Amino acid sequence: MTELLIASIMTMMTAATPLVFAATGELVCEKSGVLNLGVEGMMLTGAVFGFAAVTLTGEPLLGLAAGMMMGLFASLIFGVLTLSLLSNQVATGLALTIFGTGLSALVGLDYVGKTIEQIRAIHLPVLTDLPVVGRLLFGHDPLVYVSIVLLGLTHWFLKHTRWGMILRAVGDSDQSAHAIGYPVIAIRYAAVAFGGAMAGLGGAYLSLVYTPLWAENMTAGRGWIAVALVVFASWRPSRVLLGAVLFGGITILQLNTQAAGLGVPASFMSMLPYIATIVVLVLISRDSIRIRLNAPACLGRPFRAER
Amino acid sequence: MLTLEARATQSAFAAWLSPLLALGLTALTGAMIFLAMGKAPGVALYIYFIEPLTSWSGLSEVAVKAGPLILIGMGLSLGFRAGVWNIGAEGQFIAGALLGSAPAVYFFESTNPLILPCMMLLGILGGMAWAAMPALLKTRFNANEILVSLMLVYVAELLLVHLVQGPWRNPEGWGFPGTRMFPDAALLPMFVPGYRVHLGTLIAVVIPFLAWFVLTRTRLGFQVRVFGSAPLAARHAGISSAQMVWTTLLVGGGLAGLAGVMEAASTIGQLMPKISPGYGFTAIIVAFLGRLHPVGVLLAGTAIAVTYIGGEGAQISAGLPKAVTGLFQGIILFYLLAFDLLTRYRLTRVGARGNTA
Repeated sequence: MTELLIASIMTMMTAATPLVFAATGELVCEKSGVLNLGVEGMMLTGAVFGFAAVTLTGEPLLGLAAGMMMGLFASLIFGVLTLSLLSNQVATGLALTIFGTGLSALVGLDYVGKTIEQIRAIHLPVLTDLPVVGRLLFGHDPLVYVSIVLLGLTHWFLKHTRWGMILRAVGDSDQSAHAIGYPVIAIRYAAVAFGGAMAGLGGAYLSLVYTPLWAENMTAGRGWIAVALVVFASWRPSRVLLGAVLFGGITILQLNTQAAGLGVPASFMSMLPYIATIVVLVLISRDSIRIRLNAPACLGRPFRAER
Repeated sequence: MLTLEARATQSAFAAWLSPLLALGLTALTGAMIFLAMGKAPGVALYIYFIEPLTSWSGLSEVAVKAGPLILIGMGLSLGFRAGVWNIGAEGQFIAGALLGSAPAVYFFESTNPLILPCMMLLGILGGMAWAAMPALLKTRFNANEILVSLMLVYVAELLLVHLVQGPWRNPEGWGFPGTRMFPDAALLPMFVPGYRVHLGTLIAVVIPFLAWFVLTRTRLGFQVRVFGSAPLAARHAGISSAQMVWTTLLVGGGLAGLAGVMEAASTIGQLMPKISPGYGFTAIIVAFLGRLHPVGVLLAGTAIAVTYIGGEGAQISAGLPKAVTGLFQGIILFYLLAFDLLTRYRLTRVGARGNTA
């Protein structure tokens, strides 16, 4: 029984990690006032290029780097269109998702069905072998720890650093930030790029650690769930982890009930994460005052300097 | 130095030029992609963009593919005009196909001519029901319609898979997922023997003109246009945002549902685990490429259908993967959004004059 519980929690963390990466990136991006709905496309891009890099070189670190780089590259297309050419952010984000889906399907054709060496969980002498807590604390794959550290750093950056505060100012009142002399567009480019890199990393995590293989459309809506998580978290990094673990838990529930054979059709169990996203959105959004207080005031609005 | 100067009104010329520019540049980008893949770009472009238009059967296939794209794109463009972002048309398409096909599945030996109109009606209702969920959650609980409508796509896909593998599976189908073939009475009539153009294709051509009339000649159309371009003025004029959300989502969902049931009752003739090559998502591009204008949507749907058919041809004759089509669609939209700038701003030179003064 404890064995099953530990295994479930371990899997829950691996299911949560790609969401943590992607949602953290999107959170920073939205904090700067930019709504990038291309997370799904950037994750797919990161997943396929990360997988390709590992297949070609055998280096997991190179795979993660490739995923981040290509996610970043994809986000820059979005950046140029929305920030320099003032296009509609919602439409451009959708375009990015369609583009990323197509690009990854094309690039991935050569990699369907290939296998790679999975990035393994860490094993520390003595510590990991401790009963129960050993594996729970010291037995995850390295990226689980990276994702939690990333969340902590993001919280610290946004809350306690000068540039973090400037980024929030840009997202809450772009014209005043511009009037004071901050480079609004440059800061938004940086935030968009960070969001792209993190989505790419989340995608690479899926294809290198979680499954590990490449399949067309393998993100299965996780990019969109990450966008929903940012709303769920009310734009606060600390609550991203809570939301991601919640969704990780739903994934496990789904797998375990299927294994237990409760007679609920598999398709219905697979609907759970999507229905849960809707339910969570409704519960959070119902309180429109809270949304208005927490959402960056300039979210989704194009910025053009008024001299 | 070049700088942007806001136009007082949107340039109509630029508005109609930008889709053509976007298509042209996509073809050019496509040529470079083909070159990178080691294919002769000229031949590949010909197969993609021209060959489908050179034969009657090609034209017929383009028309059949354009049908659902036009119908869905038409509904979406109404919503996009009013700032309602329904991006779950794929789910509404499937829901329409599901509910609309129920009569054909349960009365699989029916010869009653009423079964077809009944299916169409149910198809529309199915799409509307699926779109009513984001509308309700948006107006009642302020939940983001983009995310809700998209999540429901996955739910609809899984529901379809469940039905065709389980309760609706053809008992004589050797265990393959899929319903029985629909009876003849439940299939849309075709016009020309040997070609697949059917009644649904005709409906898809008529609807945009109907929508054009509604948009320009009725109170509702006026409301949609005002709401999209000047939300504050609309609110003062007493147009409620909740009413707009409901109307555009129900119309969009209904049209997508109709497209879904017509696809099932024509070219497919049954329900299968996968009944759409992503029509609902591609229709987003169709709506934008057509400048959210009914006639534009008609033309854009046809243009995108050409690349679908071209993509199939290229797979067979040139060994080009079908995935290229998806990439093209993303690139078209990128170019289109980039050129949108020119409809709202004009480029002017200021640097030179400023320096001498």
